[in-house]
Amino acid sequence: MVETSYYILLSASLFTLGILGVLVRRNAIVVFMSVELMLNAANLAFVAFARQQGNIDGQVLVFFVITVAAAEVAVGLALLVTIFRNKQTADVDAISQLHG
Amino acid sequence: MSFELVIFLVTAAIALTGGVGMIVARNTVHSALFLLLNFFAIAVLFLLLHSPFLFAIQLTIYAGAIMVLFLFVVMLLGVESIEDRTKDRLAGQLWLSVVLTLILMVQAITITLLAEPVESQAHNTALLDQLADPALIGAKLFTTYLLPFQITGVILLVGIVGVVVLHQRAHLYGPLSETEREFAAQYVAERATSGQPAEPAS
Repeated sequence: MVETSYYILLSASLFTLGILGVLVRRNAIVVFMSVELMLNAANLAFVAFARQQGNIDGQVLVFFVITVAAAEVAVGLALLVTIFRNKQTADVDAISQLHG
Repeated sequence: MSFELVIFLVTAAIALTGGVGMIVARNTVHSALFLLLNFFAIAVLFLLLHSPFLFAIQLTIYAGAIMVLFLFVVMLLGVESIEDRTKDRLAGQLWLSVVLTLILMVQAITITLLAEPVESQAHNTALLDQLADPALIGAKLFTTYLLPFQITGVILLVGIVGVVVLHQRAHLYGPLSETEREFAAQYVAERATSGQPAEPAS
């Protein structure tokens, strides 16, 4: 049996990697992928805690997270395609029309 | 060191490699494939945590559907190219974000290591094997979590409608009126006689 804290350590590391990706990368698609990485890290923590508590609710929540993530990716990528059609770029710095 | 711990360590190393590789890779397709590696590693960890249902869901939804969406859009738009970092809008933002993220990571790790040990069911293999049954998740979904389940269905519907609307701009603004059509025909005709190619409408 692997300690729950090991899973939490891995989850925390993956989550911070996702934050780093969002902050560092300028390509909107890679930023999206980093968000997915963070969601996955949260899922891992959910399942680890569900095992620790001997409770299935954590797994049900992961099911919800995955479903919402799928919807989010579909809409987000559709937005990206629309932006790319208008701007010819996926660079998040180029999308600054609301900048004063 | 137990066999399970070895598997965990190897899988964790693969997951971290996938995460780091996704951020470091300059080619967007490579980023997507590193993310796929990470998804597979997380799926194996779900299996280690006695949840075979989530293992299957992770592989089919994440590694299957979501990755196909990502790769499809990357290749459709042709944005595999290298980012231009020379015209950064916020100078020094790169290093500041690396330092702040490292601080956050150290904080998270310290808090996890300092946490008081709580009573754990993780060694109770009989209970965990019982809980690994997907039928239990289904029962929870349709009793305790019925309302969230329905809301998730609505979210998926909103996602479908949103994607269709975003990809059908013409329907947003209605069909072209008679005058607009005449103007467009006139514009194309003028361009054709003057020898300039008609610009594609944005």
